[in-house]
Parts: sequence; C-alpha cells; structure tokens
Amino acid sequence: MKITNQMRLTLDSRSVNESFARVSICAFVACLDPTVEEISDIKTAVSEAVTNCIVHAYKEELGNIYITVAIYDNNVVRIKIRDKGCGIENVEQAMEPLFTTVGGERAGLGFAVMESFMDKVKVRSKINSGTCVTLEKHISGRE
Amino acid sequence: MSVELKKDDKKIIAFLKGDIDHHTAAPIRSKIDEIISLQKPSLLIIDFNDVSFMDSSGIGLVLGRYRLMNELGGKVRVENLSKSVYKVMSLSGMDKLVEIKKREEEKNENN
Ligand SMILES: Nc1ncnc2c1ncn2[C@@H]1O[C@H](COP(=O)(O)OP(=O)(O)O)[C@@H](O)[C@H]1O
Ligand SMILES: [Mg+2]
Repeated sequence: MKITNQMRLTLDSRSVNESFARVSICAFVACLDPTVEEISDIKTAVSEAVTNCIVHAYKEELGNIYITVAIYDNNVVRIKIRDKGCGIENVEQAMEPLFTTVGGERAGLGFAVMESFMDKVKVRSKINSGTCVTLEKHISGRE
Repeated sequence: MSVELKKDDKKIIAFLKGDIDHHTAAPIRSKIDEIISLQKPSLLIIDFNDVSFMDSSGIGLVLGRYRLMNELGGKVRVENLSKSVYKVMSLSGMDKLVEIKKREEEKNENN
C-alpha cells in the first residue's frame, strides 16, 4: 500500500470549525470519485471525531486539532484526527453505544456512528496527553 | 442553519434548514424550546426536508425535544428525512419513541 496523496490541517478547537473540517476533508477525497453515500459517510464520521476534540478533549479551553488525510493506491482513505486534550480513561467503555460522560444532549453515539460508517476505527488515548482517532474507508467510487 | 416555526392549532411544525452539528444544534434547540414552553402544543413536528447534513447531534436534538414534549404529555414526529439523515437517525433506536417518516422519494426507492 503506497500513499498517493496526503494533506495536513491544524484547526482551533472552535465549534464553528466542525463544518470546515468535514467539508475540506471531503473535498480532498473527491479525487477518488466517491459515491454520494461514501462522501456522506466520511463527512458524518469526521464530524463526530472533530466534535469530540472540541467538546471532550479541550472542554472550555482552546487547543489544536491535528488532521491528516492520506490516500492510498488501493483507493483507501485514512484520516487521523488528533488532539492534545484530556485523554480517555477507558477507551473500550467510551466506544460503547450510548456511553457519554457529558449530560445534556450528547447522545453518546459518536463512536457508534464512526464504526458503522467507516471500515475501520482505531482509538489511541493517554490521560492528560491526548487522543488519536484513525478512520479508514475503502472508496469503491462511482461506476 | 435556520429554523422556521409554524403554529397550527395544537400543533407546532419546526422546519429545519442546513447542516445540523454540535455547533448549530444549540440555537435550534433554544428556538424550539421557547415556543414549546409558550404554546404547550400536543404535537411537535420536526421537518428535515431541507436538512443537508446531520451527525449524532441531531439525535440529541430530537431526543431532548421528545423528553420535553413527554413532560407536557405531547408527542413528537420527525418528517421528511433524506437517506443520509435517516441512516444516522436509525442508529439511535429512537423509532421506538418517536414516529419517523422518510421522504416520499426515499420510501419508493427502498420500499
Ligand atoms: N477526543 C476525546 N477526548 C476525550 N474524551 C473523549 C474524546 N472522544 C470521546 N471521548 C469520550 O468518549 C465518550 C463517548 O464519545 P461519543 O461516542 O462521541 O459520545 P458523546 O460525544 O455523545 O458523548 C465521550 O462522552 C467522552 O467521555
Ligand atoms: Mg461525540
């Protein structure tokens, strides 16, 4: 598997950047000619991961969100969304559907969305150091 | 993102327009809740026809309004979901609490 194209993006953890992140990543992936459904799946998964950096990782503080997108020669997209925020104590538990540490109106379904819309989801996290979510999807493209 | 509210007898219809994410959900929520606490309707219809994108924040938005309407003894119905919005919504198991209607064209496509 060889990388054929790559992009990097660093964003302030402001909620207004949620839409910029998902739209710009999808524009970059457009060269693979994804279907409408594939685009919308990636958009939704990215939106969840970026929102988690803003809501959970940095909370009231402002920090950086580091995004890299790599396109491979077998039509796989790998997206890494990383923060240097509070980290996750128990990743397995955090990924369970409906689990949320924030009351209010978080549905606790962010990871469930990522897992059902992408082929692979990997989460690495360290308390007080940060979290890295890797999302992977094979793009079949339009006929 | 915008929300247009219409009152019709004991019914309120909220027409949502644009992208629903964590950033845009908060103002939609407060506008809908304001009219609910004022009018105390027996039915809240949330119309998704002009919603171009939704992540799990939209699920939270509907569940929150369901709880509020439930306290008032009222009901919530969610209408005109596109294929992609329905795909997100159906992960929540919310169809047990709230009536969910897809758009006409989607119904024909997937029976
Ligand atoms: N980047 C992150 N940094 C710290 N905690 C996180 C991060 N992402 C997710 N979490 C934790 O995992 C939980 C579940 O996340 P998610 O499934 O997206 O649901 P929600 O965002 O609705 O709470 C969050 O409530 C939070 O405790
Ligand atoms: Mg989340």
